[in-house]
Amino acid sequence: MLNQFILITGRTSKQAIGMHKGKHSETYRQAVVRAEMSGPDMERLGLSEGQCVRIVNDSGRVEMPVFMANLPDGMLFIPMGPEANRLIGTDTQGKGMPSYKGQKVEVETI
Amino acid sequence: MTTTVENAVCTFCGCLCDDIRVEIENDRIVKAKRACANGRGMFMDYDPTPRKPRVAGKAVSWKQAVKACARILDDAESPLIYGLSSTSTEAQKKTVALADRIGAMIDTTSSVCHGPTGLAMQALGEATCTLGEVANRADLVIFWGCNPAEAHMRHFSRYSLTPKGRLVPEGRKDRTVWGVDVRPTKTSRMVDHFIQIDPGSDYEVLTTLRAMLKGYRIEAEQIGGVPLTQLTELAHAMKTCRFGAVCMGMGLTMTRGRDLNVRELFALVADLNSQTRFSVVPMRGHSNVAGADQVMTWQTGYPFAVSFAKGYPVYGPGEFTAVDVLARKEADAALIIASDPAAHFPRKAAAYLETIPTIVLDPEENLTARTAEIFLPTACAGIDASGTFYRMDNISIHAQAVVASGRPTDQDILQDIMEAMQT
Repeated sequence: MLNQFILITGRTSKQAIGMHKGKHSETYRQAVVRAEMSGPDMERLGLSEGQCVRIVNDSGRVEMPVFMANLPDGMLFIPMGPEANRLIGTDTQGKGMPSYKGQKVEVETI
Repeated sequence: MTTTVENAVCTFCGCLCDDIRVEIENDRIVKAKRACANGRGMFMDYDPTPRKPRVAGKAVSWKQAVKACARILDDAESPLIYGLSSTSTEAQKKTVALADRIGAMIDTTSSVCHGPTGLAMQALGEATCTLGEVANRADLVIFWGCNPAEAHMRHFSRYSLTPKGRLVPEGRKDRTVWGVDVRPTKTSRMVDHFIQIDPGSDYEVLTTLRAMLKGYRIEAEQIGGVPLTQLTELAHAMKTCRFGAVCMGMGLTMTRGRDLNVRELFALVADLNSQTRFSVVPMRGHSNVAGADQVMTWQTGYPFAVSFAKGYPVYGPGEFTAVDVLARKEADAALIIASDPAAHFPRKAAAYLETIPTIVLDPEENLTARTAEIFLPTACAGIDASGTFYRMDNISIHAQAVVASGRPTDQDILQDIMEAMQT
């Protein structure tokens, strides 16, 4: 099943704390390898808490567990980090800044 | 035996909290009182034990590593130098001197942070103030596209939400606080009024507020998913406050429009100063990313994205910014200082670093260091190295080392590399 979402990446306190434990640590991995979406979206896609999904766009694809969060329908949040950045393109619109927020992605149930 | 250092500076984020009480046992920090969870992690998880540098996967002496770095930089025709946000201004100065000498492209983490804010400032100017002014004067605070509850955890208590100031003696009670974001966050739970806008609609919402404040009649019932009545209330709060401050973040810079979003916010704040006092405070992320802008501007005339290839500094956001340089495969060597592009750049840009000789200076073996040709484990500025840092409001603060160092500083190693080079 394909479904389009707007991807927002950003800092979380767990991501920052995980960095101090080391970016090779399990704490960091758990903090950044996770996606969040609204309850209605989880229900619409038939997803349960922690279920793995595939997230795809022109830049790349990742697989990670998804969790319910207080987000608008149609929005996917992934903490900043190497996994989220597989979905971020290198077009900076001539400004140096990639679109870390607002990329379109498709979520596939697996 | 436990020793205590009072008023240590936390060099994790742009708040640079300078009231940390650090307790040390056997050269390791065992407590960091008053630090937030992020700051505690920085102080307590860092192991200052000296480590050997690594070249091509093997531990070597510092002398051998410096020679190897000099050789890479001597041989490079189009080197890229990147990072600098988590080291001292002393190291930043030395880095710019090195870039000048070898004709490198030099960019800082500003380009993936508040680079667009810098572009807006160059275009329009920036009506700003210090965090002390926010704490003492602001009776209206707006958090726009930022989430300090997770990224700058003590911003609320030290500067923007609860401190009792000269003109806001009752602290939180004397302040009205608004939040604007595309999603509810921990910060939006702390504000009095939250406006949730559609992703990518910051520019439209800001333009509408400017029009309202100029007295234009808006016919649309909603803008960017926000009912006009809510924007009318925000516009009223803005023009009737005594001193307003907008704290702005990546929600504006990382989304469609980038610097144009920030320009519209800066224009709104400038407009408001004809009716009241208003300032904007960019929420700078890393401890000394503001310092990197300062040093680059002193020494090259530009805050980031500079090339010395022609023998003089040339400014080129989009051309000499690190993501663009790597995506176009235009660098043949890289020197990464106090940052981790492998973790924070688009994968395709970061992957190119693995194909060219890359040198990493960092206290920790981060993801970039893991695949780099050379890793130099230097001291952590603010913990086992002293130095000057610039807070997010561009106030300079000296961070004194709190533990003895057996590691070289970034500037020591950069000096050694420059002395070992033939170029």
